[in-house]
Amino acid sequence: MQANLTLRGWLLAEVPESKTQARCQRLFISWLEFKGNPVAVVGLLIIASLVAIAVLAPWITASDALEPDLAGRLQPPGSEHWFGTDELGRDIRDRIIWGSRITLYIVGLVSVIVVPIGLMIGIVAGYMGGWIDTVLMRLTDIFLAFPRLILAMALVAALGPGLENAVLAIALTTWSPFARIARAEALTLRNSDFILAARMQGVSTAGILTRHVAPLCMSSVIVRLTLDMAGIILTAAGLGFLGLGAQPPTPEWGAMISLGRQYLIDQWWVPTMPGIAILVVSLGFNLLGDGLRDVFDPKSGG
Amino acid sequence: MGLALPSKLVKVSGVIASLILTFIGLTAITFTIGRVMPADPVLAIVGDRASQEVYDQVFLQLGLDQPIYVQYLKYLGQLLQGDLGTSIMTAQPVAEDILRFFPATLELATVATLLGIFVGIPMGVLAAVNQGRWPDHVVRIIGLIGYSAPIFWLGMIALLIFYANLGWVAGPGRLDVYYDSIVDPVTGILILDAALAGEWDIFHNAIAHLILPASILGTFALAYIARMTRSFMLDQLSQEYILTARVKGVPEWQVIWGHAFRNVLVQLITIIGLTYASLLEGSVLTETIFSWPGIGLYITNSLFNNDMNAVLGGTIVVGVCFVGINMLSDLLYKLVDPRVR
Repeated sequence: MQANLTLRGWLLAEVPESKTQARCQRLFISWLEFKGNPVAVVGLLIIASLVAIAVLAPWITASDALEPDLAGRLQPPGSEHWFGTDELGRDIRDRIIWGSRITLYIVGLVSVIVVPIGLMIGIVAGYMGGWIDTVLMRLTDIFLAFPRLILAMALVAALGPGLENAVLAIALTTWSPFARIARAEALTLRNSDFILAARMQGVSTAGILTRHVAPLCMSSVIVRLTLDMAGIILTAAGLGFLGLGAQPPTPEWGAMISLGRQYLIDQWWVPTMPGIAILVVSLGFNLLGDGLRDVFDPKSGG
Repeated sequence: MGLALPSKLVKVSGVIASLILTFIGLTAITFTIGRVMPADPVLAIVGDRASQEVYDQVFLQLGLDQPIYVQYLKYLGQLLQGDLGTSIMTAQPVAEDILRFFPATLELATVATLLGIFVGIPMGVLAAVNQGRWPDHVVRIIGLIGYSAPIFWLGMIALLIFYANLGWVAGPGRLDVYYDSIVDPVTGILILDAALAGEWDIFHNAIAHLILPASILGTFALAYIARMTRSFMLDQLSQEYILTARVKGVPEWQVIWGHAFRNVLVQLITIIGLTYASLLEGSVLTETIFSWPGIGLYITNSLFNNDMNAVLGGTIVVGVCFVGINMLSDLLYKLVDPRVR
């Protein structure tokens, strides 16, 4: 009983006394494992800073990053403008800071669309089996086989350029791996004892899927989502660069590189700075995803 | 072996069936984008000042009065005959345009994949053999950066450094202007054509233009191949037959390359196929940066001229190559690896 007096002792107790304690223990042990992986912690720090910067944007910027200042255009990086100014005299640092909100908006929106769709298709296919499984998985395979960027380009071309349409196009080409993962999890769960017990107690199929199967798929879905984030960010930036994503004057990083492209030779900082921002953030998601995978799913590491 | 044949056949036919299904899915999507999504395909052709009669005539010509599945089947029939429609921008059949632009992409993607294979595999083996030591960390960091960097940005920075500042390589495009249209396009692959014609100046110039975009595009291939090689090698090196070989006194290089790597090679087939397919697609952004006249540049230019036939034709061709290569590598893997049989 001595050990139970400290928080650490409570978290590491051999036998948990309540559901809450068991849950907290699992999280804590995962965290200890995660903390032992310095690379993953760096990833977490990068993503946490991204979120902090996006939230604090109004207080840490000096301008709204949209208003041109033609007298101060194309100034090199210095103490006044850390990352220099662009072709309209806007502070590049401020634009990158405001742009972090757009990056988070994109990845957030894509996740909100993609995870429920993939999860639903996957667990229904895996749990029901039979012809439902065959049909849904064929559909998933078809989407899995598509070239992502080109299909997104064609879709945006038809729907018209813009941030929301770019998000929609990315989502349509991103959901399929989640269906695959959720199906695999559902397949292993469908005949387990606790599911049988729930079924015998008269829980409906929908109830079993949403309350028992779906929550257990979440950890692998989250790992995969984190690893996919970098790809989503790069595709969105690519679409923005091609002029198919966010439109100027929105400070989306890909679009900023596209506008700054003609100043590359003489004013290198204009396209370079937003590129570094994209690199750092997508690196952060990759590092974090790697770390999460090692913690949650040590077998498939690589 | 007589018994192995039927199961092989089953596998092959399974792969072909899923290839056909995927093709139907792909064309259904391009059909939807092309026919249903733009507000009015007739107006797009006749313009908004045409009379009602002309409008009706084109409406019937396009077969828009027929049920949607008939329209789709007709569209599929045209595709299978190689008819991708006419490009508004070049006023030529899209299929002919694509045949002209495709070899440039093929050249770029092939050289990039080769770079990825010949640099990425040794890097992966090196990392696995030195697991946890500095060569391993270096390879992992290079791999992560290759994964994370936006390729169009990387291309721009590389042009700035290696072309504008150092002058080591030639600039955007496939050739210097004064070498243009000297060699007959036999294969369309410029370095092959120049070599066949014995025009070595042009050959060198083509290489100078090719090396930078191929390296940039190859960064992703390299990162992916090195990472997978490392993880496959680690897998093999922890097996018992490796221990047996070491105990027997087999020299270490023989253990690594002769024993472990031979088993890894089979697994790498799929990875290399995946990489090649994704590079065919990924070349879109690289081609834009390097003004490389391939299919990616063709699709992007068509996009900005609202040339939907060309965009969708390009999408289908790239999509079919992508799907085809993936399935082929899958099939090859199933046929080569005795454990999968």
